Amino acid sequence: MSNSHKSVSRRRLLGVGGSLALTGALAAACGSNTGRDSEDSNGKPVIEQWYHQYGEDGTEQAVKRYAAAYGKTGKAKVEVQWRPGNYDQQTAAALLTTSGPDVFEANGPTLDQIQGGQVVDLTALLDGVKDDFNQAVLAPKTYDGKIWGIPQVIDMQLLYYRKSLLKDAGVEPPRTLDELVDAAKALTDKKTKGLFLGNDGGAGVLGGTPLQAAGLQLVTDGGEVGFDDPAAARALEKIRRLYADKSLLLGAPSDWSDPSAFIQGLTAMQWSGLWALPQVKKALDDDFGVLPFPKDGSAGKPSVPVGAYGAAVSSKAKHKAEAKAFVKWLWVDKTEYQEDFALSYGFHIPARISLAKKAAKLRDGAAGDAVRYATDHGYAEPLLWTPASKTAYQDALNRIIKDGANADQELRTVVRKVAAELRRVQKKS
Amino acid sequence: MPQDTLLDQADEAGGPRRRDAPPSGPAAPARRRLLGPQNRTLWFWVFVGPFALGLGLFTYVPLGWSVYLSFFDAHNTVSPTDFVGLDNYAAMLRDDAFTDSLVTFLVFTAFIVPATFLLSLSLALMVNRLRWAQAFFRSVFFLPVACSYVVAALIWKMSIFNGVRFGLANTVLGWFGADQIAWLSTTDPPWYWLVIVTVRLWLQAGFYMVLFLAGLQRIPRHLYEAAAVDGARPGWQVFRYITFPQLRATSIAVTLLLVINAFQAFDEFYNLLSDSRGYPPYARPPLVYLYYTALGQGQNLGLGSAGAVILALIIAVVTVAQARWFGLGRKED
Repeated sequence: MSNSHKSVSRRRLLGVGGSLALTGALAAACGSNTGRDSEDSNGKPVIEQWYHQYGEDGTEQAVKRYAAAYGKTGKAKVEVQWRPGNYDQQTAAALLTTSGPDVFEANGPTLDQIQGGQVVDLTALLDGVKDDFNQAVLAPKTYDGKIWGIPQVIDMQLLYYRKSLLKDAGVEPPRTLDELVDAAKALTDKKTKGLFLGNDGGAGVLGGTPLQAAGLQLVTDGGEVGFDDPAAARALEKIRRLYADKSLLLGAPSDWSDPSAFIQGLTAMQWSGLWALPQVKKALDDDFGVLPFPKDGSAGKPSVPVGAYGAAVSSKAKHKAEAKAFVKWLWVDKTEYQEDFALSYGFHIPARISLAKKAAKLRDGAAGDAVRYATDHGYAEPLLWTPASKTAYQDALNRIIKDGANADQELRTVVRKVAAELRRVQKKS
Repeated sequence: MPQDTLLDQADEAGGPRRRDAPPSGPAAPARRRLLGPQNRTLWFWVFVGPFALGLGLFTYVPLGWSVYLSFFDAHNTVSPTDFVGLDNYAAMLRDDAFTDSLVTFLVFTAFIVPATFLLSLSLALMVNRLRWAQAFFRSVFFLPVACSYVVAALIWKMSIFNGVRFGLANTVLGWFGADQIAWLSTTDPPWYWLVIVTVRLWLQAGFYMVLFLAGLQRIPRHLYEAAAVDGARPGWQVFRYITFPQLRATSIAVTLLLVINAFQAFDEFYNLLSDSRGYPPYARPPLVYLYYTALGQGQNLGLGSAGAVILALIIAVVTVAQARWFGLGRKED
C-alpha cells in the first residue's frame, strides 16, 4: 500500500512538473513579449532605431546622445539598437515581422523593400531642403518621384597609392586603366604586390566602377541595361590582365575595406574607402596620394563610387508619424548633429552640400582631393540594380578575372539576366 | 553480457505490478478508453506532446510553409499573394548558378567522404594498436571535434592559408623557394579545395575515428586467433578478411553520416570564401547559394524555397537509394 501510494505521488509530481514545463514552454513560444513596449511609463511613444555597427570609436555613444536629446524634447522616447553582424540580412528579416525597428538606417532601402511597401514615403520631410542634399546619393533613394530614405553621410571608394614606392619604380600615378595595369606590374616584386583590389581580385568591390570608367552605366536613366557595349568587355579584360600579370595582392589577412595591407607595405596601391584615410595618414603621413578609378578608352571618365546609408521608416512602425518626425528632427533639422556624426568619429562626407562645404577637415591635402573626386566623378549604384542583377554580374566578373573566361560571352549572359530582372521590377510599378 | 541477461529475465518474470482500481460510474468506460489502461494514453501525450508540438511548430509548419512559398512570387514577404505556379521551379532549374552549385556539392562529397573515411579508419587502426598512451592519442585526435567550424575556418583562412608571405603555408613554401600562393583566390589550379577539404578533415576525422575505435573493440578476439591458426598473415590479409568485414555496420553508419554532413556543408564554405560583397561563383554549395537568394539582400523567398524543395527531394532520393544499397535496417547476420 505504502509502495503504491509512493508511486502515485511520484507520478503526480512528474505530471505536474511536466505540465508546468509545458505551460512555460508554450507561454515562451506564443508570448508576445518581445522585450519592448510601444509606450513608456509616461505614455510617451517609444521609437526603436537601428544602426549597423560602425567601426569608429565614439559613434555609438554619439547616436545614443542624439536619441537622448530627442527624448528631452518630450515628443517620443528613442531606443537605439546597435547591431553588429550581417546588418542588411537582419533588417530584411526583421521587416517581415512586427518586432522590427521603427526607424532604421539602410544601405538602401532596396527596390523590393520599397515596392513591397515595407518602408514609408519620406518625401515631405525634405520639403525645401531637397536641393541641399547631394543629388548623386539622393537619386538611389528616390523611386516613383518619392523619397524613401534620408541620406545620412556619404561614403566613397578611391585608389590609395604610396608616393615613395611609385617614385622608386619610376612610375607616374596612373591616369588611365592601361597605365594602372602597367604601373601595377612595374610595382610588383617578390615582397610587394602592385595593387590590392580585395581578396577576390576585385569582382566584389569594383562592381560597376570599371564600366563607369569606360563611359558606360549599370542601368540607364531609362531603365535599360547600360553596358551592352563592346567597351564593357574591353575594360573588364584589363582587370583580368592585372590578375594574370600576378600584380594583384590576393589572400591578405584583412580585406580591401581595411588599409592594413597598404600600411604594412604588402601592396603599393590599394582600392579602399574614404573611411581609411585617417588611419593611412597616421601611418604614412604624407607618403601617399589618392586617385579616382582611372578612365578607360576615349569615351571614358574617371569614376568614384559613392553611397549613403539612409534613414528609413518601417511601414510596420507603431507610431509612424512620430518616427517620421524624429527622422526629420535628426537628419534634416539638426545640422550640428549631422556634422558631428559625419566628421567627429570616422571620416565621411556630410550628405548636405552646405555642411560638406563648411567642413575644414575636407578641404586640404588628400581629403580635399577625395572630396573633389566625389563631387566631379561620383556615381551611385542605381536603385534598379537589384541583388539578383548584382549576383549575375559579380559572378561573371569573377569568372572573367580569375578563370580568364571570355568577357564578351560572359557579359552577353549578364545582359540577358539583367534585362529580365529589370523587366520584372519595372512591371510592378 | 551477463548483467543484461539477468535484467531481461527479471523483466520476463514480471515484478509485482500495481493494478488500477476498478472503474465506477457510467462515464468510466469512455474516460477509460480515452486515457488508456493505467492512463497510458494520457502519459504518452504528456511526455510526447511537447516534443511533437515543438517538432510540428518549428519543423513541419515551416517546411510546409516553404513549399507553399515556392509557388508564389514572394519578394520580401512570407504572406505572398502573387501565385506563379511552377515558375520558381522552372527558373531555379534553368539557373546555371544553382545547377553549378549542385555539381560543386557532388565534387565536394566525392572528395570529403572517402578522404574522411580513410583517414579516420587509419587513425583508429593506429590508435587501436597502441599499447601505451592510447587514451592520450585518442583524445588528441578527438579534440578538434570540439572546435567550432566557424573558428576553424577563420584560422584556416587568416593564418594558415592566407595568401601573403607570412601565412603558415606560404612560409613553408618559402623555405623551398616557391612563390607565395593565394590559396583561396586561385581558381587555376583550384587550391581553395585544399583549404576547404583540410579544414573539414581536421574537424571531423577524430569523431569518426572514435566510432571506428568502438567498432574495432567490438570485434571478438577469437576471430583473430582462429585466423592466425588458419595461417592468415597479420597485416593486410587479416584486415581484408577479418577486420574490415567485421566493421561493416560501423562503416555504413560512418558513410551515411558523412554524406549527410556533406549535404549540410555551409559553415566553412561561407566563412572561408564569402566577403562583405558576396560569394565567388566557385565552390558555392547549394545551401550557400540559397542563403544568398532567399535570406541575403535578395529576399526572394519564393525562389529560395523552390530551390530548397528541389534540394530536399534530391537528398531524400539519395538517402533512400543509399539505404537500399547498403541494406540499412536489414538484420545483421
